[in-house]
Amino acid sequence: MWEYSEKVKEHFFNPKNAGVLAGANAIGEIGALACGDALKLMLHIDPVTEIVLEAKFQAYGCGSAIASASGLTELVINKTLAQARAITSREIAEFLGGLPPEKMHCAVMAHEALQSAIANFRGEDWNSDHEEAALVCKCHGVDAAIIERAIRDNGLTAVEQVGACTGAGTGCTTCYERIEDILLRVTSEVAAAQAMARQTEGRAHSAEAVAETGRASRAPAASEGSRAGSVNLFSAATRPASAAPARPPAQRPAAEASPLSPASPLPPPSAGMTNLKKIRLIEETIEDLRVYLRKDGGDCELIDVDGSNVLVSLTGACVGCQMASVTVSGIQERLIAKLGVPVRVIPVGRSAH
Amino acid sequence: MKAIYLDNNATTRVDPAVVEAMLPFFTEHFGNASSAHSFGAEVGTAVKAARQQLQQLLGAAHDHEIIYTSGGTESDNAAILSALEAAPDRREIVTSKVEHPAILSLCEHLEKTGRAKVHFIGVDKVGQLDIEAYRAALSEKVAIVSLMWANNETGTIFPIEGLAELAKEHGALFHTDAVQAAGKTPISLKDSAIDMLSLSGHKLHGPKGIGALYVKKGVRFKPLIRGGHQERARRGGTENVPAIIGLGKAAELALGHIADEQGRVRELRDRLEKAVLQRVPNCIVNGDRHDRLPNTSNIAFEYVESEAILLHLDRNGVAASSGSACTSGSMEPSHVLKAMEIPEAALHGAVRFSFSRDNVAEDVDRVIEALPGIVEKLREMSPFWADAEKKINDSKTVFA
Repeated sequence: MWEYSEKVKEHFFNPKNAGVLAGANAIGEIGALACGDALKLMLHIDPVTEIVLEAKFQAYGCGSAIASASGLTELVINKTLAQARAITSREIAEFLGGLPPEKMHCAVMAHEALQSAIANFRGEDWNSDHEEAALVCKCHGVDAAIIERAIRDNGLTAVEQVGACTGAGTGCTTCYERIEDILLRVTSEVAAAQAMARQTEGRAHSAEAVAETGRASRAPAASEGSRAGSVNLFSAATRPASAAPARPPAQRPAAEASPLSPASPLPPPSAGMTNLKKIRLIEETIEDLRVYLRKDGGDCELIDVDGSNVLVSLTGACVGCQMASVTVSGIQERLIAKLGVPVRVIPVGRSAH
Repeated sequence: MKAIYLDNNATTRVDPAVVEAMLPFFTEHFGNASSAHSFGAEVGTAVKAARQQLQQLLGAAHDHEIIYTSGGTESDNAAILSALEAAPDRREIVTSKVEHPAILSLCEHLEKTGRAKVHFIGVDKVGQLDIEAYRAALSEKVAIVSLMWANNETGTIFPIEGLAELAKEHGALFHTDAVQAAGKTPISLKDSAIDMLSLSGHKLHGPKGIGALYVKKGVRFKPLIRGGHQERARRGGTENVPAIIGLGKAAELALGHIADEQGRVRELRDRLEKAVLQRVPNCIVNGDRHDRLPNTSNIAFEYVESEAILLHLDRNGVAASSGSACTSGSMEPSHVLKAMEIPEAALHGAVRFSFSRDNVAEDVDRVIEALPGIVEKLREMSPFWADAEKKINDSKTVFA
């Protein structure tokens, strides 16, 4: 279970500089109880020479979290702030004789606590941009957040591309399925978000009165990423069907300010397409796709449309097929393209409805 | 310093009598049970005898209801996939949020690939199944219900016979993962509504890589592994004879030790729990203390992370385990404790002590001696403890 170096064990069992530093003038705090690890780094920095005179820590976490904190204090004492700021998480790990790939996040946490303490000393705000995620590729230490970012930023669609971008899956290749899962999830989220963005744009043009507000709120939302949008979409199932797809978070400020005013220029959600038209279009699209599925001995049938959820039943060779999930996401992509609104395709059993 | 092993829910020491029973089947009796000659015949007889030993442990009506597999995970997979294949008009599965990954990840995969709709039933604060939600999920669409007999992390025992009866009312098959329960708590399948049951050799002092799936006579079974006619064509592949013999012997010994598990082992566990609760402030016992495996104790220490405790325990010669899957790198706390909604401060601090018939009173003494100091040391280092301790003392003053 534990592949800790002797140095990690030494720093864990006999941590250096553990405790509260009374005269600290730079404090960095990272993590929380809920995360399973947390670190409070306290430094006493000479305000004139900017040399770290003392360093102490309090840590909550696993063996390597405590060892990383202890190691960090040893590393920063007697360093100038400029030198301390340059310390990387890799250097912290190396100082400890290396960390198992699953535990690298502990060195990252120590590094962030240091950056936070330095910012605190300078009176600056500091925000962690590190996202903690499950390790996917053990060979190259690539986690799910890195893979997801690479897929979004570069529009990747294949496992091989993820490998080329991040190195993930190019070692022992055993994480292939996990990368495939992330690809599938992220690409369908991106497709849904794009469809939503198209709709948002259309509305902004037709509604001149709120166009300014719309544009202003759209710009920052785009950089925030499509995640927020798609999460919202998928949780929409519990809301009234007609309201669900047409209220992307990006448009919220405008949408929430206006619809109650009688002169609201916003068209009602899902305007331009009645439910009946929508269902017919879904039926047609699926009918077109069935031709291809039948060629492989499979079939797909529309069971129900529930708001933004399209329930289908995969039959024939599709049942039990390894590629069924790919088929589902393919159908979803096609529907989103045809309808221009985000939908989620959910495979169900025939008898389910 | 003698190493103390308190991680018997992870795996157990193979009983020397089991090893002894296995050895001749590597060398002397090496035949293939399917062969017509005498080399095969004597092995075939031994494989059947082992099957009867398992039948005894499970209180099954027939020995041919036992299918040998490679272990608990294969048994679980075989049961669920068979049920789906045998009832094409039923596309739903009912299971719980606290199952072993052998069930959970399979069900998630089936759902993701559109092969089944899965109801993951929640649990209450002691890990008992939400019976109302379970009733509501049952219908004529359900192909199989799979619920564990006893939880591996907390030891909480589900009222499995009753749950099976409820499933029967809707014509659904009922499977139970009894990997932790077998050999620790009495099981009698003969007159129960349980259709399938999984067990594993290495959890009951038998070898690793061998297990069994009980399939009640009359239940339509579709094999997971197709091949030769072994196991009445329900599981292809030449029998792993030495392991099968070992599993049979282990089952026989386990049956003989159930009284010890329920008596002496339970007392050891209870003494540990009582002493820890007395000596260490702010810790809670997770699981249903009224209906729990006699060997399992899951204790959560607030404001401390479990791996740190385990490392210190290990240095004191005590092997236990954590409820969290910290080693996976995701820092995700245990899915079982999360489902039980254990308080945040304790979620990452759960340590599981699991006993077996190999443990003695001195083992408990050693833990009681070491643990309070370990927890205190780690809490002193924790950035949360000072505030928490102050709050605790304040509330004490209020009550005083």
